[in-house]
Amino acid sequence: MTILAKPWLWSWLAAAAAFALILGLTGGRGAGELAYAALSFGAFAAIVGLGQMLVITLGPGNVDLSIPATMTLAATLALKAMGGEPGTAFAGLAIALGVGAAAGIANYALIFLLRLPPIIATLAASLVYQSLAIWSNRGLRIKPPEGLADFATGRFLGMPNVAWVGLALAIAVWVLLERAVAGRWLLATGQNLRAARLAGVPVELVRACTYVAVAMFAALTGYLLASFSGGAALNMGAEYLLMSIAVVVIGGSSIAGGNSNVPGVWGAALFMFLVVSMLNSYGAGAGARNVLTGAIIIAIVIAASTRRART
Amino acid sequence: MNILLRHRIILPVVSLAVLLAATFYMQPRAMSYFGLNLLFNLAVPIALATIAQMMIIMVNDIDLSLGTFVSLAACVTATFLNDAPILGLAILLALILSYALLGAMIHAFELPAIVVTLGMSFVWGGLALFILPLPGGVSPGWLRALMTVKPPFAPMAVVAPIIIAAVTHLLIVRSGIGTVLRGVGGNARSVQRAGWPVIWLKALAYGLAGLFGVLAGMALVGLTTSADANIALRYTLLSIAGVILGGGEFTGGKVSPAGAVIGALTLTLAASFLSFMRLSPDWQIGAQGAILILVLTARLIFSRKGAGT
Repeated sequence: MTILAKPWLWSWLAAAAAFALILGLTGGRGAGELAYAALSFGAFAAIVGLGQMLVITLGPGNVDLSIPATMTLAATLALKAMGGEPGTAFAGLAIALGVGAAAGIANYALIFLLRLPPIIATLAASLVYQSLAIWSNRGLRIKPPEGLADFATGRFLGMPNVAWVGLALAIAVWVLLERAVAGRWLLATGQNLRAARLAGVPVELVRACTYVAVAMFAALTGYLLASFSGGAALNMGAEYLLMSIAVVVIGGSSIAGGNSNVPGVWGAALFMFLVVSMLNSYGAGAGARNVLTGAIIIAIVIAASTRRART
Repeated sequence: MNILLRHRIILPVVSLAVLLAATFYMQPRAMSYFGLNLLFNLAVPIALATIAQMMIIMVNDIDLSLGTFVSLAACVTATFLNDAPILGLAILLALILSYALLGAMIHAFELPAIVVTLGMSFVWGGLALFILPLPGGVSPGWLRALMTVKPPFAPMAVVAPIIIAAVTHLLIVRSGIGTVLRGVGGNARSVQRAGWPVIWLKALAYGLAGLFGVLAGMALVGLTTSADANIALRYTLLSIAGVILGGGEFTGGKVSPAGAVIGALTLTLAASFLSFMRLSPDWQIGAQGAILILVLTARLIFSRKGAGT
């Protein structure tokens, strides 16, 4: 097993290549700023990506389409509760996570009680969350408390605080998947639900916890993103639906489930940001940028599939 | 099989009828030629998009790029098809062919459709931005005329979905090739063993989806008279919901074209119904979700009873 066979390597190589291409254009100037921006924005994609990865690991058909709505709802309610008052950051965090947990439980209830396919269950639920967010937001734009905004945009030891949060979560998820029994249960469930159940894995509990976890990850991202950008907006989560799925796949996790890849998610999150800034710095318009981003995603998926076929 | 098929269609029909009855009860004036036209006006493009999604779901895949694809088709219709009809037609044809190619590629490389269509949604969206960076364009006159034609007895908004349902029913349920296509969703390997080239069938299914996606874009432009690059983004989710509401299932090639059209009508009507109830527009999206959940709950009870007897 050489390092070349590690599936997460490719997303990091791709991110490094995009980074080098940008620096090639600017002649090496602004490397620090670029890395800093990539870590900041990459962190949001990485956190939702980690959650989506856990769900996709559950096996074919498992995907959470309610991530954007959950992000928006959690951020809106948390900011509204905090009302910009100082010293309420932790209360706001608790509310955001509470909203996330409730959304996750609701999603799983639909999946389990109504036996809906997860795509439809999370899709239908997300429409309801979206309405709740619109209703509670009412066009207001409440600023986050100052201390929280400072934290979200601040840095520690040269790295953005949000990136530290993303890193800590990534390590936690990695330990859970690789070293804890619960993680093994998750992988076993994703590889073969029936076999896992017969082997005594509490599969429904595993699935319930996973759907709650992904919603809480989304809620946390919404909370941080709203604090980072100075307020919640109704469309703040929109791009994270495609993003969360894209980083999981580019990161080398199998879309069919049963295997997951934590470092790859971070590499892919950085790559997705760097690719957009690379196309920007080469002067591509919005149209060209989207076309190329899409083409790159598909090229990576095809490359990954042919690699899989060879081994 | 026939009974099962008939069972499958009952629930969507009942849900639409209940919703329609409730709407008429709230607003009796809607029960007219003009009222019906208003109620279902935007249902035609949604029904076409739902049929497109159904073609993909029929072969066990899912298309997350449909909304951007319909937007792109709308942009091409409002610009090229109006200014240079031959070129416009060629572009639309190329779009359909690229969908077919996509289907063949997904099959040949065994790619996950959800990811490929996700990537394609960026491509379609980018191309649409190329064509129309700002909202604009003009609907070709004949298209506008076609969408606003007033047939006798029932308005276009009612006649068109019936025609769509009938044509796709003949194509998918009655015809030989339709049966084979559904077979690909049911068991691709056995279709292969029976001597059918599955890669061509997948390309055909995707090509049909592209065709109906293009038609949805054209119908949309005919109604709205102009286009923009984000005009149909919500069609992705609406079309998936419509297929499922109409009794389709994600796996096994179990789809119903008439049901899908009815599902699309139900979703369109849900929005109008809520505005008749004087419910705040905030809740319109949520109510579509709630109706989706309600109908699926009903289906669960229905199918449990069916299994019990």
